[in-house]
Amino acid sequence: MNTGLKSPTGIWWKPAHKAERLWVQIAFAWCMVLFAMMPLWHLKGAQNPSGIRATVVPNDFAKRTYEFINTYKVGDDHGVPVVEPPPGSDVYLMGRMWAWEPVLRLRKGAQYTLHLSSLDVNHGFSLAPVNLNFQVVPGYDYGLRITPTEAGEFTIMCNEFCGINHHAMVGRVIVLDDAAPVPGGTQ
Amino acid sequence: MTAAAATFRTCPTTGLKVHSQADALIKANAVAATVSLLIGGVAAVLVLLTRWQAVHLLPADWFYRILTVHGMSMLIFFIIFFEMAVLYFASAVMLNSRVPAPSLGWAAFVLMVVGALLVEWMMWSGQADVLFTSYVPLRAHPLYYLGIILFAVGALVVTGLFFATLVVAKRERTYQGSVPLVTFGGATAAIIAVITLLHGAAVYIPTFLWSLGLMPMDPEVYRLIWWGLGHSSQQINVAAMVSIWYLLGGLTIGAVVLNEKISRSAFVLYVLFISMASAHHLLVDPGFSPAWKVWNTSYAMYLAVLASMVHGFTVPAGMEAGMRIRGFTKGLFEWLRKAPWGDPGFSSLVFSVIIFGFLGGITGVTFGTEQINIIAHNTFRIPGHFHATVVGGTALAFMGVTYYVIPLIFRKQIAFYPLARLQPYFFAIGMTVFSMAMTFAGTFGVPRRHYDISFSGAPFAAQFNPAVDLIIGVMAVGGLLASLGGGIYILCTVWSVFFGKPLPADAKVAAVPAAILNPPKEPPAGDVEHKGLTSGTLVLVAVFLLCFIAYYFVNWKLLSAVWRVG
Repeated sequence: MNTGLKSPTGIWWKPAHKAERLWVQIAFAWCMVLFAMMPLWHLKGAQNPSGIRATVVPNDFAKRTYEFINTYKVGDDHGVPVVEPPPGSDVYLMGRMWAWEPVLRLRKGAQYTLHLSSLDVNHGFSLAPVNLNFQVVPGYDYGLRITPTEAGEFTIMCNEFCGINHHAMVGRVIVLDDAAPVPGGTQ
Repeated sequence: MTAAAATFRTCPTTGLKVHSQADALIKANAVAATVSLLIGGVAAVLVLLTRWQAVHLLPADWFYRILTVHGMSMLIFFIIFFEMAVLYFASAVMLNSRVPAPSLGWAAFVLMVVGALLVEWMMWSGQADVLFTSYVPLRAHPLYYLGIILFAVGALVVTGLFFATLVVAKRERTYQGSVPLVTFGGATAAIIAVITLLHGAAVYIPTFLWSLGLMPMDPEVYRLIWWGLGHSSQQINVAAMVSIWYLLGGLTIGAVVLNEKISRSAFVLYVLFISMASAHHLLVDPGFSPAWKVWNTSYAMYLAVLASMVHGFTVPAGMEAGMRIRGFTKGLFEWLRKAPWGDPGFSSLVFSVIIFGFLGGITGVTFGTEQINIIAHNTFRIPGHFHATVVGGTALAFMGVTYYVIPLIFRKQIAFYPLARLQPYFFAIGMTVFSMAMTFAGTFGVPRRHYDISFSGAPFAAQFNPAVDLIIGVMAVGGLLASLGGGIYILCTVWSVFFGKPLPADAKVAAVPAAILNPPKEPPAGDVEHKGLTSGTLVLVAVFLLCFIAYYFVNWKLLSAVWRVG
C-alpha cells in the first residue's frame, strides 16, 4: 500500500475490495434515482420550467405588453396599470430598470400563459412569498403556463442584479378567489 | 544540460528533491493568492455587514462594487493563484523534477498580476459595477475584460508548464512507476483548467470587443458560455481540493490509497462531464429545452456526482485504513478519536470533507435539479450552497495545506502556532453556521445579490417572514466568526513568511505540525488484509446518504406546494 504522495509501482489496476465496490454500486444507484426524478416529474409533477420559448425583439415585446395592458386594464396602482386578463389568456409581464409592468389580477385555479421578458438587462422574476423564480432575459420570451393555487397579495421581486436601484424593482400580483364577485372588465 | 544546471535541495520530511525555481514560483503564487484573499476577505466583511439589515453598512453603489470585488478577488484571483502554486507542487516537487522554462512561469506570473491589478483598478474606481458574472448587456470598462483575459492567458501558460513538467519528468526518469495519485488529481485539475480557460477566451474576447462597440453579444449565449467558465472553474477547485485531501491525508496521518484504479477513475469522471455544469445556472432560463437542461444539469446522469461520492468514501476510508494499519484498530472510530486534531492540516482536511460533502454537495445536487431550481434560483440558497463548497471545502483545504507549505517550501516555522491550531475550528464552525443560515433564509425566497430586502423606495410594500431577520442575524454571526478565522490565517501565514523563524535543521521541537518533524511511518508494501479496514467510514457514508435522500425529497415536497407552472 502507498499514500497518495508516492508513485505506485507495478500493476495497480486491481479489483476493488468489497466495501469500496459496495459504496460505488450504492452511489451509482442513487445517481440513477436522481436522474430519473427529472423526467418523471415532467410526466407526473405540476411544476416544470419548460414553458414556450422564443426569441423576441425587446421593442416588439413592449408593443405586445402595451396592447395587452390596453385591452384588459382595470385601473392604476401607484402609477402602474392594473390588468385583469380572462382565464386562459396570454399575459405579458415586462421587466425593465427598475419596474415590473403591469400589476396583474388573476383568478385562483385558472391557467394563464405568462410571458416574461426584459427591455434592457437581465432581470429575475421572483414571486413572494411563493418562492417561484425564473430568469428574465432581454431578447427572449419565456411563456410559462401558470396556475395560481392560492388567493391573496403577492410581490414580484427582481432577483437578478440589474443596476443601482435593483432592490426597488418590485411588482405586484393579486389573486382573487373564484367565490369573489366578478369585477367589470372580465369576459 | 539544463537539468544538470538546475539547483535542487532535498526535503528532510518527504525526501523529495525540490527545484529552486519550483520553490520560488510556488512562493510567488502563494503570496499573490494570500494578498487576493486579504482583499476579498475585507470585501466579504463589508458585504456581510450590509446584508445584515440591522447594520446595513454600505450605500447601494458601494455594496454592488464591493460585492464585485469580493467575487473576483476570491473566486478568480485567490483560488487560481493558489492553484498555480498547487500545480507547480504537484508536478515539479512531487516528481522530483525541474520546472522546464521557468522564465515562462515568471512571465505568466507577471501577466496574471498585471491582469488582476487592471481588474481591481476598474472595480475600485467604479468602472465595472457588473458583479462577478458581468451579464451582458451590463457593461464594464473594456480594460476590465482585458484584465481578465490577461489573467486567464497567464493561467493557461502555467497549465502548459504543468504538462511540460510531466513530460520532462517522465523523459528524465525522475520517478518510477505511475505518477502519484496527488499528481494525477492535479493533472485532471489542469485539464479542466484548460477547458475552463478556453470557455473564458470564448466569452471574454467577444465581450471585450462588444464593450468597444465592435460586435453584438446575445445575453443568453453569454450566459451559456460564461457559465462554461464560471462553473467549470469550480470543478478545477473540486479536482484541486480532492487532490489536496489525498495529499493532506498522506502528510498528516499517512492515509493510504485503497485502490488506485477507483480513485483515478473518479478523477477521470470529473474531466469527462465537467463542462456540462454550465446548465446548473440556466435551468429556469428561456433559452434552453427541458431535454437539454435535464441531460446537462445531471452531468450525463450524475456521473460527476458519482465521482465526488466515490472520493467522499475513498478519502476518509484511506485515512481510516492508514490509521488502522498503524495500530488504531479499536471499535469503529478509534482511528478518528486518536487522530491529530491539534494539527491544523488534519482538522482542516476533516472539516473540508464534511462541509463540502454534507452542506455543499447535497445542496448543490438538489438545487441543480431542473425543477427544484424553480424554488432556488437566485435566492440566498445558491450562495449558501457555494460558500459551503468553495469556502468551507476548497478554501479550507487550501488553508490546511498552507500549514505544510510554510515549513516544507518556505522552510519557516509557523508564527502564532497555538492560534493557527485553532484557526480551522473558527473558520469551519463559522462557515457552517453562515452557509446553513444563508441556505435556510433562501428557502423563504430571500434574493441573493440584493442591497435591501426591506425594498426601500419600491412602489409596492413587501416584507419577508419575520423569521428571516433572525436567520440573517445568525448568518452574520457565523460569517464574522469565519472572517475571524480567515483573518488569523492571513496573520499567521504572512507573519511566518516575512518575519517567521527559519525551520532549524534536525529539529525535535518547532512550531510546525508534528507530522513534519516526525512523519507517519511508511505503510507496509504489498497488500493488507482488508477485513474491517473501512468499517467506520461505511457508517459515515451511510449517514451521509440518509441526509442526502432526506434533503432531496423534502425539496420535491416543497416544490409540489407552489403554484402549478409548466
